[in-house]
Amino acid sequence: MTHVREAAEVLNRDFLEMRSRILEVAAALDRLDRAPARVGETPDRRLAQLRQAIGALLGPGPGRAETVQRIFSLEYDPNWRESNGFARAR
Amino acid sequence: MRYIDPHIHMVSRTTDDYKRMALAGCVLVSEPAFWAGFDRSGAEGFRDYFRQLTTFERNRSLAYGIEHQCWLCINAKEADNVALAREVIAMIPEFLAGPGVLGIGEIGLNKNTRNEATVFLEHLELAARLLELVLVHTPHLADKYQGTRMILDMLRDEPRIDPERVCIDHVEEHTIRLALEAGHWVGMTLYPITKCTPSRAADMVETYGAERVMVNSAGDWGHSDPLAVPEFIFEMRARGHDEALIRRVVYENPLTFFSQCPRFEFTPRGDAVAATP
Repeated sequence: MTHVREAAEVLNRDFLEMRSRILEVAAALDRLDRAPARVGETPDRRLAQLRQAIGALLGPGPGRAETVQRIFSLEYDPNWRESNGFARAR
Repeated sequence: MRYIDPHIHMVSRTTDDYKRMALAGCVLVSEPAFWAGFDRSGAEGFRDYFRQLTTFERNRSLAYGIEHQCWLCINAKEADNVALAREVIAMIPEFLAGPGVLGIGEIGLNKNTRNEATVFLEHLELAARLLELVLVHTPHLADKYQGTRMILDMLRDEPRIDPERVCIDHVEEHTIRLALEAGHWVGMTLYPITKCTPSRAADMVETYGAERVMVNSAGDWGHSDPLAVPEFIFEMRARGHDEALIRRVVYENPLTFFSQCPRFEFTPRGDAVAATP
């Protein structure tokens, strides 16, 4: 049986680290804004992933970590065997 | 607390790390065959590597009081060369009967290519035929979810391999449930940036429990921490979890999984009873 902590206990322990990590992300986004884009450059899809992932943090939990993981993941193709010339699943 | 690191590449670590790990309580390491950071020039390169794993590295570990077990395969990265892979797979049985060999691993996918899947299936065929345990590498980052599902598909299609004789390693939040529901063991790899942290691993133990769950450092030639498992122990204690739960994840579970290999023998120093649970 795992030990269950109260929300206040989790927040007391994790607040400063969460604050620090949010600051790191904020600073990285500022860094991106300061960096000039090349003229005519198409938006990098990774920026959209980052925005989507940040938006996911504001959604209801639990499961935010899994949601963020999926945002940064390639999709699974259930027909990958056929696409690659393998025999069909048994 | 005694602990086991069930996935660490000691060939790429200095002897200083063995001492640090011994001081921290490590009593056994399990070392899968992996990509050295460069593509080997041919099959004989793998023969030398397998010799290194089963003899030199084992002796280096034992000198620090740490039992050393290893796994053999051609890694997913180099598996894209199917011809080379077949030469290496043919060589594996020569080394399986050696001391400290647990099974076939770490096989898997890297970029989820057709060739990688072909070689993965041929490794599974070998494991099924020789009744070997299997340790699976799941891809990094964006490729992980897609590759894990492909791997689980291939394992599901191999009825000769009991799911509990397979460990799906490097699981994260979006793959752990899939692997556990398929009946496999899972490894959470505590490796900076590209994999998991001690905190997130502790979260997953709290969410999914400790059954069939292990943690490892996958310490290698990259930025990694050979003491990542003690970091996990620290995190779990800081959260108030009891010693029995922590010991189950970092010591008893690896022993249970490895004990499925009939060649596996391990008795911690000072224990009169063999450490098979």
